Amino acid sequence: MNAIEVIPLNWYLLLSTVLFTIGVLGVLFRRNAIIIFMSVELMLNAINLLLVAFSSYLSDSKGQVFVFFIMAVAAAEVAVGLAILMMVYRNTKSSDINVLNKLKW
Amino acid sequence: MIKLVWLIPLLPLIGFLITGLFGKKLSKGLVGTVACGAILGAFAVSLGIFIELNGSAQKSFTLDLFPWISAGKLSVPFSFLVDPLSSLFLLIITGIGFLIHVYSTAYMSHDEGFSRFFAYLNLFVFFMLLLVLGSNYLIMFVGWEGVGLCSYLLIGFWFKNTAYNNAAKKAFIMNRIGDLGFILGIILIFVTFGSIAYGDVFAMAKSFASDNTVITTITLLLFVGAIGKSAQLPLYTWLPDAMAGPTPVSALIHAATMVTAGIYMIARSNILFTLSPLTMEVVAVIGACTLLFAASIGLAQNDIKKVLAYSTVSQLGYMFLALGVGAYTGAVFHVMTHAFFKALLFLGAGSVIHAMSNEQDIRFMGGLKKHLPVTHITFLLGTLAIVGFPGFSGFFSKDEILAHAFEHNKLLWFIGICGAAMTTFYMFRLYFLTFKGEFRGTKDQLHHLHESPKPMTLPLVLLAVLSVAGGLVGIPEVLGGTHFLDEYLKPVFEDSSFRIIHHMSHETEYLLMGIAVAVMAASIYYAYKVYVKNNTLPTDETEELKPLHKLVYKKYWVDELYDIAITQPLNFISSGLHKVVDNQIVDGIVNSVGIAVNWTSSKVRLVQTGNIGVYIFIMVISVVVILFARMI
Repeated sequence: MNAIEVIPLNWYLLLSTVLFTIGVLGVLFRRNAIIIFMSVELMLNAINLLLVAFSSYLSDSKGQVFVFFIMAVAAAEVAVGLAILMMVYRNTKSSDINVLNKLKW
Repeated sequence: MIKLVWLIPLLPLIGFLITGLFGKKLSKGLVGTVACGAILGAFAVSLGIFIELNGSAQKSFTLDLFPWISAGKLSVPFSFLVDPLSSLFLLIITGIGFLIHVYSTAYMSHDEGFSRFFAYLNLFVFFMLLLVLGSNYLIMFVGWEGVGLCSYLLIGFWFKNTAYNNAAKKAFIMNRIGDLGFILGIILIFVTFGSIAYGDVFAMAKSFASDNTVITTITLLLFVGAIGKSAQLPLYTWLPDAMAGPTPVSALIHAATMVTAGIYMIARSNILFTLSPLTMEVVAVIGACTLLFAASIGLAQNDIKKVLAYSTVSQLGYMFLALGVGAYTGAVFHVMTHAFFKALLFLGAGSVIHAMSNEQDIRFMGGLKKHLPVTHITFLLGTLAIVGFPGFSGFFSKDEILAHAFEHNKLLWFIGICGAAMTTFYMFRLYFLTFKGEFRGTKDQLHHLHESPKPMTLPLVLLAVLSVAGGLVGIPEVLGGTHFLDEYLKPVFEDSSFRIIHHMSHETEYLLMGIAVAVMAASIYYAYKVYVKNNTLPTDETEELKPLHKLVYKKYWVDELYDIAITQPLNFISSGLHKVVDNQIVDGIVNSVGIAVNWTSSKVRLVQTGNIGVYIFIMVISVVVILFARMI
């Protein structure tokens, strides 16, 4: 019995749901772009957690392979996203997303 | 040689491609050589085929080149039919065509569109050969449309002149009206016989009873096509206007070849037409009306080419009269002789116009006899041929037509004789006013008067020889000759020959010939008296004409009538449709669609608040809703 299966599967489900909800709420209600960014990462990692848990319980390593893909994509996303944020900050002297409304009707 | 028949249309096509694609880069001499050489090659092959066919026992060869269209029940091979009728037409087209090409090298030498002209001429010959050679109605139709196209291109050759462009459009549209009838006829043939190949159709048609309604409809529709292409009443008005093109074009297309396509088509379908006496009557009556009508207009025209144009319409009327009374050989015979002398007359007129610095009005000519000796002699020979002077080619062919018309119906014969009298009068009026008397042009023109160069006079001389001697292939039996042409064409027309019962006594034939010659002599004398002895000149534009004269001079106001009866109502309806249907309804629908989209989006875009929080909120809500929807 490996380390992951010490804890019952339902707890993993509960934890990742909580993490995901926190992420969604963070994205919804915060205005600071960096915090929104972190919330997005939180959602991604909630999913990763779930994938690893299922992978272990089902003895199927595909889920863990998928986690690596998500991590790689998330890293790339962070690199691009942070660069955009840098440019936004330089132009607006702010990281508040509500400043970005130039394309509004 | 018959195996090589595919070369005949291919050579002009290659000539067209060379002169059309590279003409601008080649010298004029080379373009002329290529174009003439292509036609000469085709003529050589045609001659070989003619000789071989004459000596062969089998008289009809069908050569399949490749399968062309195959769709459902319809299967059309691309195949050629070589038989006496098509081989004779091949000789006429390539022979006369070659002479006219040679003539054009000199006539068009100063024109900047030299290579374009020869490209069109070669393309025209290609389509005409296709029309004649095809072994089914569809290939004939392709050629039929092709010559219409080339006619349009050549009439509007000098496209910077609006009047010429309008003439070209008129020719094209008039032809289209006829073509519609023709294509409906072809469709009906396919529906009736299940095939459009001549061999199948004619073989099946023999089992039909005479006076069958379907056959009558088919032939009437085909005849509508012939009316358009061969300029018969009521669609003849394009041909006189077609004189806007260069003169060699008038000679080649509007006299010698294209307008005879209708005759060829009816002669080819002779079995169908013979089965429908009603259509035959219609053909004969239309032909007779046209020949009289056009000849009377020719009496009062002052443009040298217009006179010849109306004379062409009138001569085509004779051919249709011949077809209508069942004298198919007579019609083909007249096609041949007419090709000789009308090409000669047009080329002669071209030579006169060339010498007169583009003057076409015969009131400003006169006395050209001593300045243009070769043109004068050949033109006189052509005139004698067209009026049917005994011994000349026109005499034999016209006599044959009139004899058959007399057997069929005395009234048709009488109309033919009246037409012949008018033909004689206007042709000699033209001849006298152009070549006799004193010169009436300007000093400048007199100074420039010169005989045309060799490439122009040589075709004139050759055509003059043909015009004089061309009739010898069809000397009627009553004059102790042999009708070679009749013998040669017999295989084509033998199935329809039951209609022609030759019961005329020799005395009657002599009498008819005598009357024709007497009428002709009287007409010549009358023209001589008016235009040479009394030196009368056609009246000026400004002078008031006598009513009858004016009626004829104004061509019976047919153009004006068409304008009022068809063109103007059409324009009126079109402008009404434009103003109401197009501007209001169609544009209204299109514009209101645009307005509706604009209005809707002006409302919907309010959703885009620019607040990213709202977007994300909507996104999350939507995802949740979708997930719940999936769960349920």
